Order: sequence, then structure tokens, then C-alpha cells
Amino acid sequence: MKYILLMTGTKQGVDTYKAWSEKDIQNHFAYLTSIRNDLTKSGEFVATEGLAMPHQAKVVRAGKDHTPITDGVFPEAKEFVLGYWIVDVDTAERAYEIAALFSTGPGPGGTQVNLPIEVRQIMTRATAE
Amino acid sequence: MSEQLHSVSEHLLRELAPQVLGAVIRRFHDFADAEDVVQEALLAASVQWPREGVPDNPRGWLFQVACRRMTDQIRSESARRRRETTVAEELERLAPMSEIDTGLGQDDTLILLFMCCHPALSQSSAIALTLRAVGGLTTAEIANAFLVPEATMAQRISRAKQSIKASGAPFRLPTDQEQAQRLSAVMHVLYLIFNEGYVASVGPHVQRLELSGEAIRITRALRSGLPDNAEVGGLLALMLLTNARRKARTGPNEEMIPLDRQDRTLWDQSEISEGITLITAALSRGSISAYQLQAAIAAVHAEAARVEDTDWPQILTLYELLKRMSGNPMVALNHAVAAAMVRGPAAGLTLLMDLDQDGRLAGHHRLDAVRAYLLEMSGDSAGAIAHYRLAAERTTSLPEQNYLLTQIARLSERPIS
Repeated sequence: MKYILLMTGTKQGVDTYKAWSEKDIQNHFAYLTSIRNDLTKSGEFVATEGLAMPHQAKVVRAGKDHTPITDGVFPEAKEFVLGYWIVDVDTAERAYEIAALFSTGPGPGGTQVNLPIEVRQIMTRATAE
Repeated sequence: MSEQLHSVSEHLLRELAPQVLGAVIRRFHDFADAEDVVQEALLAASVQWPREGVPDNPRGWLFQVACRRMTDQIRSESARRRRETTVAEELERLAPMSEIDTGLGQDDTLILLFMCCHPALSQSSAIALTLRAVGGLTTAEIANAFLVPEATMAQRISRAKQSIKASGAPFRLPTDQEQAQRLSAVMHVLYLIFNEGYVASVGPHVQRLELSGEAIRITRALRSGLPDNAEVGGLLALMLLTNARRKARTGPNEEMIPLDRQDRTLWDQSEISEGITLITAALSRGSISAYQLQAAIAAVHAEAARVEDTDWPQILTLYELLKRMSGNPMVALNHAVAAAMVRGPAAGLTLLMDLDQDGRLAGHHRLDAVRAYLLEMSGDSAGAIAHYRLAAERTTSLPEQNYLLTQIARLSERPIS
């Protein structure tokens, strides 16, 4: 079963990352790299991507003549997807366990970031008649 | 080289893979390393044969290439350790001779299947290793079929081999006492591979390797190793009879088309007739297993040229037998549908109440979908819509969700009775 683990946050939340020390940032990325290696070794890693900061986000709708209308002014409290991981696991519990690993990543001064991770199952194309 | 030669050599490679692997294991006594060098030999052949033609003795060619790699590997390992050991001593270290049954006439494919579906392995590991070691597929092909990166699949295979090594499973057929249980594990893995491949073959996934076809091919190999086993015959029949409906079971937008709405002219008649022959022979052997009964049910469906010709009383009898034999709640669910078709929707809905009590299918979308179907049969459109909605919320299959949403729309457009 494949699950997508979505990391979400607000612009305000993301801004706090800019106050981290060099060591904090290094520790955090080293932690993510080690999880990625562990998930490959366990045969569960599928994909991961990080998204550009919410400050660059746009919401697009089509206008009457199909031209795009972009909106880029968002309230501080709006939740954005910051990045995702896709894992292929045997049980939902295992997906939650992996999500908790991300959530407990090291933050400033070794504190836990305790980031909320949205866990969603990816639909299959298999069916039973 | 021509496309044709390419597919001929690909087919040949997959057929030869388990035979060559068996021979290399017998010579070098190490399953994990032998499996790696055979994979390398297969990859070398897949490059060389389409270009230079298939050698006169393809099996011998693969065996020699694999053995050469194995010897190189053992030499370099010895050199690295800077020990003055001979190759023979190294081989003795890999596995004691006694663990290998060198008896003639052994079916290596069969032994390999028992090994790859060893109970020490996780399901996903057993599936991956079976496809590689017995199916002769490359890691890249298996990774592509499961839509995961090749590195992830390679790790699954290497973990599977570590588990086999740790379990100390010898390279020989299980004892007679063990065999029945181990065989049911093998059949379960093959059936999982079949179901994994039983997906919509349209859209972006059309290029995927057809795992259902691979499962049928490996089950045929299992059957040639155990030609008199009625359960294996039943499993092969079930796969063929199910696969025969492949083209009819999805619409142009990947939506599921259920059995009662399929265009039966799209069913594959050659798979149906082979399946019916197999299940008829398997049933005449006396002992009856779950796969045989499921195949028999599929055969009754296959024999109905139109949906209204379906022999539901016969299907109900078969589900009653199956329900007595298996504690699987999915069987009970299908039994309720068959009962409704014979005795009316109220009989089916009463049986669903037993499943509510049982609790194992609580929150499962198929229970909601069946309840919706039976409520519609009984004329309760509002109830049917409510349960189709629950099923659509709960399913994790996209084609099923498309189907369920279509049912809701269809019922909502009708005046509620």
C-alpha cells in the first residue's frame, strides 16, 4: 500500500526556519537523509520532493476567456504543503510510524520540530469485480 | 535486431532463469550469490542475444556466464581477505554439501518456489523474489510493475535473500509433512501476484508488465512440477477464468465494469475453455479446496452467454461449500449476493446482518457496496444511495470509486420510490 506523507505549514511557521543556526539546519537535513537511506534499505522508499517556499505560491483559476487569473495574497494562517514523501508499506500503522519519524526531526537546539504530517493513502488501480 | 527476436529471447530467458539458477546453486551451494550472478547472466544475454543471435545452447551459455561470474567473485573475495584458501575450501565455507539434495530428477523450479515463498519472508519480499528468481524478471522490470524505484526493489530482494539465509532453509523440497502447508504459502504468493496485475490496462499504466500474465506463467511451471495436484490445477483454472474477463472489466476511463454489465463477447474464449477443462479435471479428483471452488464459480459465470443465463442456484451451492470451508468474510459477502440472486434481496440483506455482527468487515467498502446493491434490488433507492456513498468514501481503488460514484449519480437522477 502506498501512502503520501504531506508536510504542511504556514508562511509564519516557515519564517521561523530562517532563524535556525547552521548546525541546526545541518542536523535537520542529516536526519532527513538518514531516514531516506533507512527507507530505501527497508524497501519502502518511493519518492520525495520539497516544494518552494509558500511566499512564491500562486492559486490559479481560469477567467472567462480561459486566461489564468493568479492570486498570490494569502493570510498568514493558511496551511501550505511544504513537501512530501511517498512510501510503500505493508500496513497503515507502518505509514503512521514513518510519519512520526518526520515529525520528531531535530529543530533549533536539538528540540523536536513536532511538525504535523498529513498521512493519505494513494489509491490503487486494482479492482475486484 | 528485430523486435521479434528480441521478444523470443526475452521469453526464452524467463523460461530458462529458474533452471540455470538451480544448476548454479547445485554447483556453488549459495542461493543468494547464485541468484545475483544468474541475474547478471540474464542481463548480459538480454543485451547480447538480440544483437548476435541466440546461442545454440542458451541454457549452457547462461550457466557458463553465471559460473564465471561466481568464480570471479569468490576469487576476489578470497584475495581481499588475503587468505591462502583454495576455491574449493571457499565453497565448503559457503554451505555444507549435506544441505543440498543432489538427487537427480528434482524439479529446481519447484524447489525455488518453495524457497522464495518461505514463511520467514514478508509478503512483499516473497513476491519480489519469486518474480526475479523463478520468473526470470529483472529488478528494473519488477520495480516498474510495482511503481517503486529500482533501488527500493533491489533492497527488498536482498532482504528476502538475507531472510532465507538466516532461516537456514536447505535447497531441497520440503518434507511430505511440511509440503501441504508450504504449498499453500506458494499458491498464496502466486495469487497475490495475479491480483496485483489484475488492474486496468488503459491510460498511463498500459506499458506496465502484466503481472497477471507472469503469475499464470509461474503457476503453469508449478503445475508441471506437481501435475496431479488438484489444488494447483484449481488455482491455474481460477487465474485463467478470471483473466479471460480482463478486456471487459474496465471502461475507457478506467472505471470498473462489474460482471453483470460486461460485454461478454470480449471474454477470452481460449482462456475460458482451458480453465473449464482444468477445473473439470481438478474437481473429478475428489479432494476439494478453496481455489477449486472459486474456479468452479468463475466457470459457471463463464458458461453463461448472457447475464440472465447465469446458473445462480449452482453458484449459491458452490458458495455454501466455500463458506463452510473458509472463514473468510469476503466469501460470506459473495455468498450473500448469490443468495439474493436465488431467493431475493431480503435473503441477502439478512445474511449481511451476520457480517455486521461478525465485525471483521466493519468499515470495509465492499460490505457497503454489496448492501447498496441489494437495497437497490429491493427498491430502496435512498438506502442504496446512502450505502454507495459510504463505499465511495471508503474504497482505495480508483476504478471502483469511479463505478460507485456513477451508481450514486444514476440512482439520484431517478425519482425516489
